[in-house]
Amino acid sequence: MEKIKSLADLKKKREQLQSMVGLRENGDNAENLVQIKVAMATCGIASGAKQTMEAIIEECKNQNVQAVVTQTGCMGYCYAEPTVEVKKPGNDPIVFGHVDVQKAKDLVNKYILSNEILEGVIPVNYEKIETK
Amino acid sequence: MANYKYHILLCGGTGCTASESPKIKANFESILAEKNLTDDVQVVATGCFGFCEKGPIVKILPDNTFYTQVKPEDCREIVDEHIIKGRKVQRLLYENPEDKAHISDSKHMGFYKKQMRIALRNCGFIDPENIEEYIARDGYKALATVLEQNDPMATIDIMKKSGLRGRGGAGFPTGLKWELCRKNEADQKYMICNADEGDPGAFMDRSILEGDPHTLIEAMAIGGFCIGATKGLVYIRAEYPLAIHRLQVAIGQAREYGLLGDNIFGTDFSFDIELRYGAGAFVCGEETALIHSMEGKRGEPTFKPPFPAQEGYLKKPSNVNNVETFANVPVIINKGWEWFSSIGTEKSKGTKVFALAGQINNVGLIEVPMGITLREVIYEIGGGIKGGKKFKAVQTGGPSGGCLTEKFLDTPIDYDNLIAAGSMMGSGGMIVMDETSCMVSVAKFYLDFTVEESCGKCTPCRIGNKRLYELLDKITKGQGTMDDLDQLRNLSRVIKDTALCGLGQTSPNPVLSTIDNFWDEYVAHVKDKKCPAGQCKALKQYVIDPEKCKGCTACARNCPVGAIKGTVKMPHEINQELCIKCGTCIEKCKFNAISII
Repeated sequence: MEKIKSLADLKKKREQLQSMVGLRENGDNAENLVQIKVAMATCGIASGAKQTMEAIIEECKNQNVQAVVTQTGCMGYCYAEPTVEVKKPGNDPIVFGHVDVQKAKDLVNKYILSNEILEGVIPVNYEKIETK
Repeated sequence: MANYKYHILLCGGTGCTASESPKIKANFESILAEKNLTDDVQVVATGCFGFCEKGPIVKILPDNTFYTQVKPEDCREIVDEHIIKGRKVQRLLYENPEDKAHISDSKHMGFYKKQMRIALRNCGFIDPENIEEYIARDGYKALATVLEQNDPMATIDIMKKSGLRGRGGAGFPTGLKWELCRKNEADQKYMICNADEGDPGAFMDRSILEGDPHTLIEAMAIGGFCIGATKGLVYIRAEYPLAIHRLQVAIGQAREYGLLGDNIFGTDFSFDIELRYGAGAFVCGEETALIHSMEGKRGEPTFKPPFPAQEGYLKKPSNVNNVETFANVPVIINKGWEWFSSIGTEKSKGTKVFALAGQINNVGLIEVPMGITLREVIYEIGGGIKGGKKFKAVQTGGPSGGCLTEKFLDTPIDYDNLIAAGSMMGSGGMIVMDETSCMVSVAKFYLDFTVEESCGKCTPCRIGNKRLYELLDKITKGQGTMDDLDQLRNLSRVIKDTALCGLGQTSPNPVLSTIDNFWDEYVAHVKDKKCPAGQCKALKQYVIDPEKCKGCTACARNCPVGAIKGTVKMPHEINQELCIKCGTCIEKCKFNAISII
């Protein structure tokens, strides 16, 4: 094991290790971060939701976006799978349909980073009972 | 490095380990392996989450789901439902006692809402056996900053301004303690950690050691640098095997990373830590006794001065701090004294960890800002008294403290207020008692403890406490007189004034505070020969109501001493001479015919 020899060394080490607990820290602070839910029921997975989720996680990491990415059950829009719900702090959640790998990247770069709405937004047609 | 999508954190503290958390971990691991999910899900055993009442605790992130009382056989359902399908397992979520609604996020639970975690910041969050997780949480940054600045007095100044006071109980200002030790020149000095947690019902130090051992190492190195010590010693009781193990692992890792040893962070400063094991004697929590025990001598206190800062371990200047005190140090350096001193009351800054125990719904470990009221702690965090019974008293400060009654429920908790109320902060044990607790018996319990734990060196403590115990015993047996009550008071004062060390000087506190707050209860024992709480065996009688007794013989058949006589279908009677008051007859009677008077 290489010894840590200075404060700068320690900081570098910390940056490398950040991802180890980053997910936990973000989860602890979820209400102030972008929350992304990928629908991962059978229909979602069959349409490639797993790859979509991977791509979102990857792109968030590349663009340094602090986000909480979780999977969820079927949202009911089986015609538009894979579907992804994005909630930016202080905004209402928006559900995007047909999110393939490319669109997943766009979602991070365009919607999350520059607030540009992508095509394929599924209009809200339901009310939700917020669980605690 | 694997790109985990989920982290499963499970409590690896002593309490949850006893309720099979290692088996839960193994189950999760094998189920995840079977489903090929080991690259997606990380399973981590952490330190104590504090909510011991509902353990074992399993927390799933990033969606912050808090599962309670998880059993090894629940793992499959959690993986199948939560991890794979994204559906929370409702039946394992915490149920809000008020409206029976399930709460999945711990932040919304009453138990956590009012807490503020500084000393416990990493407990239940990181893997205590992995130094890298500690570093990822800004670990060792405070040490690096202090060494880089290379100005011990400036660091001591930060500690002084922060207002941090000793969390072992006495509340001595930490910065001042360090400064006093620094002033004494010597070729060798020692930074000592007191991990001899002895109060009955207190387990905060153990939980910090088990959940975040690196914080102690870092803080001891910072302290060592400030006072000019190159050697750190942790005095820990041998009955804490898990804490010892985690500390040993942590020390090994710190050495490997060059964070202990020679020339730390490339500076001239060298520091290393060794462990010293105690046999679990209460008196060894007193700093002079602790030092003697470490030297291999009998664990007996000696007169101060000389203070350890002048003549401590092996006659060298030494500084002794408690585990929880140390746990605050790195945070104060990282976040600044201004931040720390903005929390708490005028003279007590920061937070305090309490071990909640007794007749309370949420038994566990909590950390709250100083100045919170007992009412908030007991009713909002603790969830109120078990079984809806009435609150009677809360004991703080262990055998050195006292009982606080209802009238103190709205007093802000800090060092000075607790002393003014006739108790003390102590190390943070908080034992809640309901209406069924007899306060004379409570005082007797603590005296029994101090009699057992007195080292016997000074007469007031060795003999005085024994006499106190005998007087209390006499009262609980219904043989006390009003003179005895005066005697209790006088003797208590004499012991307080004349005992050698903190143990004897504070041991009469449970007696004095119960006499002051529950005078009527003492008088009831003495004059009416009654125990109002119905606890004192000698003062209660079991009687059968002849109207209700159907003569079924169930009581007579089950009485272990044959004290109940009577013929079938005729009312029975209890022979009071023979009765040992075990309560079996009450349990067996189907007609509610037996009562205690």
